[in-house]
Amino acid sequence: MAAVIDEEQVWHIAKLARLNLSDDEVQLFAGQLAEIFAYFRILDTVDTEGVEPLAHALAVTNVLREDEPADSLCSEKALANAPQREQGFFRVPKVLDQGSGT
Amino acid sequence: MININGLAVEPIIGLEIHVQLATRTKMWCGCKRAFGAEPNSRVCPVCLGLPGALPVMNRRAVELAVRTALALNCRTAGFTTWDRKSYYYPDLPKNYQISQYDRPLSYGGVFEFPFANRISRVRIIRAHLEEDAGKNVHDFPGCSAVDLNRAGTPLLEIVSEPELHSADQTREFAVQLHRLVRYLGVSEANMQEGQMRFEPNINLRILKDGEIYTTPIVEVKNLNSFRALHGAVACEITRQVEGWQETGVVATTGNKSNRGWDDEREATVAQREKEEAHDYRYFPDPDLVPLELDEAWVAELKEHMPELPIPRTERFISEYKVPASDAPALVDDRATADLLDQAAEFGGDKSTLAKHFLSFWARHANERGTPIADLGISSKHLAELARLQCEGTINATATAQVADQMIARVAHRFSGGGHESSSESEHPAEAKLSPRAIAEQLGVLQSRDEDQIATWVEQALASNQKAVQDAISNQKKLKAARGFLTGQVMTISGGQADPKMVGALIEEKLAEIGQSKV
Amino acid sequence: MLERDVMGKMETATTIAAHVAAGRRKAVAVCHEALGRIEDRDPRFRAFLEVTPDYARPRAARVDADLAAGKPAGPLAGVPLAIKDNICTTFGHTTCGSKILKGYVSPYNATVIDRIEAAGGVLVGKTNLDEFAMGSSNENSAYFPTRNPWNTDCVPGGSSGGSAAAVAAGLVPLALGSDTGGSIRLPAAFCGVVGMKPTYGRVSRYGLVAYGSSLDQIGTLAANVEDAALLLTVISGQDPRDSTSVDHPVPHYCEELRDAKLAGLASGLRIGVPAEYFGAGLESETRAAVEAALDVYRRLGARTVEVTLPHTPYAIATYYLVAVSECSSNLARYDGVHYGHRTAHPRNIIDLYSSSRNEGFGAEVKRRIMLGTFALSAGYHDAYYNKALKVRRLIKDDFDRAFEQCDVLAGPTSPTPAFRFGEKLDNPLAMYLADIYTIALNLAGMPGISIPCGFSETGLPIGLQLMAPVFGETVLLQAARLYERETEWYLRRPPVTS
Repeated sequence: MAAVIDEEQVWHIAKLARLNLSDDEVQLFAGQLAEIFAYFRILDTVDTEGVEPLAHALAVTNVLREDEPADSLCSEKALANAPQREQGFFRVPKVLDQGSGT
Repeated sequence: MININGLAVEPIIGLEIHVQLATRTKMWCGCKRAFGAEPNSRVCPVCLGLPGALPVMNRRAVELAVRTALALNCRTAGFTTWDRKSYYYPDLPKNYQISQYDRPLSYGGVFEFPFANRISRVRIIRAHLEEDAGKNVHDFPGCSAVDLNRAGTPLLEIVSEPELHSADQTREFAVQLHRLVRYLGVSEANMQEGQMRFEPNINLRILKDGEIYTTPIVEVKNLNSFRALHGAVACEITRQVEGWQETGVVATTGNKSNRGWDDEREATVAQREKEEAHDYRYFPDPDLVPLELDEAWVAELKEHMPELPIPRTERFISEYKVPASDAPALVDDRATADLLDQAAEFGGDKSTLAKHFLSFWARHANERGTPIADLGISSKHLAELARLQCEGTINATATAQVADQMIARVAHRFSGGGHESSSESEHPAEAKLSPRAIAEQLGVLQSRDEDQIATWVEQALASNQKAVQDAISNQKKLKAARGFLTGQVMTISGGQADPKMVGALIEEKLAEIGQSKV
Repeated sequence: MLERDVMGKMETATTIAAHVAAGRRKAVAVCHEALGRIEDRDPRFRAFLEVTPDYARPRAARVDADLAAGKPAGPLAGVPLAIKDNICTTFGHTTCGSKILKGYVSPYNATVIDRIEAAGGVLVGKTNLDEFAMGSSNENSAYFPTRNPWNTDCVPGGSSGGSAAAVAAGLVPLALGSDTGGSIRLPAAFCGVVGMKPTYGRVSRYGLVAYGSSLDQIGTLAANVEDAALLLTVISGQDPRDSTSVDHPVPHYCEELRDAKLAGLASGLRIGVPAEYFGAGLESETRAAVEAALDVYRRLGARTVEVTLPHTPYAIATYYLVAVSECSSNLARYDGVHYGHRTAHPRNIIDLYSSSRNEGFGAEVKRRIMLGTFALSAGYHDAYYNKALKVRRLIKDDFDRAFEQCDVLAGPTSPTPAFRFGEKLDNPLAMYLADIYTIALNLAGMPGISIPCGFSETGLPIGLQLMAPVFGETVLLQAARLYERETEWYLRRPPVTS
């Protein structure tokens, strides 16, 4: 579970998290994250052999809705909080490729 | 193995296919699925990813996914979960996609289809549910624009093993899969609207001097037509051979790349690599609970599975006695194939029905640009028409005439859906469409009234003495004379006389006359 | 009339609803008084991010009009309430105490908001919180810190500090908070009010801005147990918009607190005392107050049993790994594209994301996003996130075993009373460790309540925490009410109210 959290690692994580951290913040976080993750290593001492992960305390399954249409927001309402719009669309800087390709 | 530039080359091709499911509403919210609606008008807090909004699973999407999985011979997972896949993109409002990672809804299937006179067998790794993204639009100068109408549309991702080996075979796989999902009713699979999209991954095994070289894998993103799919695979095969000959680069971990398809240049093009290697950080979506596909539910869905196109084609060839080349025309549209089966159940002769479907019904359907199933002729009437011809009540020409009339009258019938008259007593409008009634009105019913036919025969004989003489006096002319007289009777009867009975009666009369002369 | 006096002329919610229903008081007048108290007192500790009189007054008038028209009175008829600002409302703004959502107006109401309004409640404003509910002190609000009404040099606790302070200061009798790792119970303890976190799935999360989705739960801040029960009855129940809300019968919790129901209850009650909640780090005054509370129960005839929750030492690491992982994903949507803050001159789309987020989020939120992104990233996912999920199961198993021996668990809510501003600000880890007694319950999805059980020498309130098994709200409230009936701690109000 050894995690090296140096400044380079912090840059990498910040990039993944889309945070444009300042140099000062990177330096500060490198120290704090290292300390916190060192503390998290307390879990290394727990024997979890054969223990199933518990992502949710609820023991509920199959919550489904019927395929019935409900009201949508009108486009005016949908765009009401948009920082910038362009004729009924959300406006963003030029994106090069065609889509996220899901 | 094929030969390219003097090298023995084996292309290795796998496919990832995204299919939008034909639900009424989106995957997690009640917004209607819509293509071409005003931008950002089919959205709500859930599919906009607004703060505080939560997803709730659409039951229908699960059922359509399971139906597809079963048709692909996949195993369904008893317990399946939802995961978040994280990446930033303007068309992905939450900046994570709800998908399935390590517990997909189905896995371990196989898809078989005829190709090059053999059965191709391609294993399916998995088929799982996820949500579609919105759309980035690039029609504006200096900016991109985001429309989220498509965001949250249910999407089935099907992943095949890399077991395809040519562009033709890859296209055929795609064509057959396209037909399958439409057949199952799980997707409209309209390619222009992006309802079915292909992403082939392609590389080559090249044999040279007893050594095998494997080229780096290329994934071609987002192909929206069979033509593009075929073109992309074909192009990659050539390009990779040439690339290897030039550079000698072989596959290693991490040198897989993505390319796009340029429709105009008909070539794959390099895509700008993301500056950050993808790290999707999958983890279970805490806003959703797991799904248990218990046996009873799956069994119920199995029960409602239609006969699939490939086995149905084989059955049609043997039961309806149609040539293999014509069978797809009957099978491809499920409603039409269903209609044919229903007509057969109503007692229509199968071979005759199939001939009708392939001839005049197909012509009418073509003229109207609809499948035969949408012509508005009920299976009962289709069967009746076939029966009339089979029994000799009307002849082939008359059958086609009656069909024309049926179509003409359907146009005047009450507007609206159902082709079937479900009630026992026929609707008056339906009765007007009865082939027998139409044949009667057209006067094309073949008469089997012996007295009537005898009268026509006598008329014919009386006014054609020369032919009668030839028949009874000259054995060499007998056959021709008999044929001529039969034709005369048919003319006099206006085609209504049953030719068999006419023939018999003429023979009888000629015998009588001959006798009296002796 | 005692309560009316000590609460600085503020009646309990139960009393207000009864008066309004009977026509003895007008909702408009009650609302007017509440708005007046807010105007008078709130500037001193700033519980509210936004007060919405223009929305509240017509709503109150509507309650009166409906009653005049003969419509039946709702259980919250005319009761003024405050809403933590991470719960979406179509009135006012929903900022989550963050700059990134400055000016954001929700186009929809959270389910709890609709339920409260249908019950006749009158919403008067949105209360302050640690940004996106991440914090234990309210110092992480991007706007200003709320001050503790008992001592304005001290924090009110967090993250529902604004809601707790608003009730403590007698501005409103009831408020909604949210609790991910103690965010209702801790400020309740620090401010001397009743704070209840229901079972996970008891109350719809639809419209609650997510922090740690598998832990978050909306709950109540009230001046007494009966009011808490009143509000809980209104907001509980399955919601078709929240897959994680549970179809489980909702009792009328107030009815369950009637003297007749409580009679004889104490003698059968088994109170588990987890040894791990009384270890080193528990301040002596707090320990004494909690032990005195246990004596009260024993005097009433209840039996206390020693139980053990052996994985307690791992709860903080487990909780933070789960919470920050979920938060890193939940907060990815704040990117300046569809709503919220957008940087002024983005060079490209990546810069739009990274700069908007960096400018919009405060230090603690960024820290947790970084922690969570790291915990989920390739190569570390199994060691951190998955490991935490396994320990989470062990922690839940601890509770399940403990509840085989007892009906409720009792212990301190916090190791210390409210601390001073700035005391832990430079040391995030020390701040995280303050949550030691509250977080395990969220991991297990169980309900808990903090009720006032005494005061420090410096005059700061001390909280007693009770915990119950899943859907054990009834016994939890009953046990709390048994204690409350015997003591007058809950009637004490800070000097600011007089």
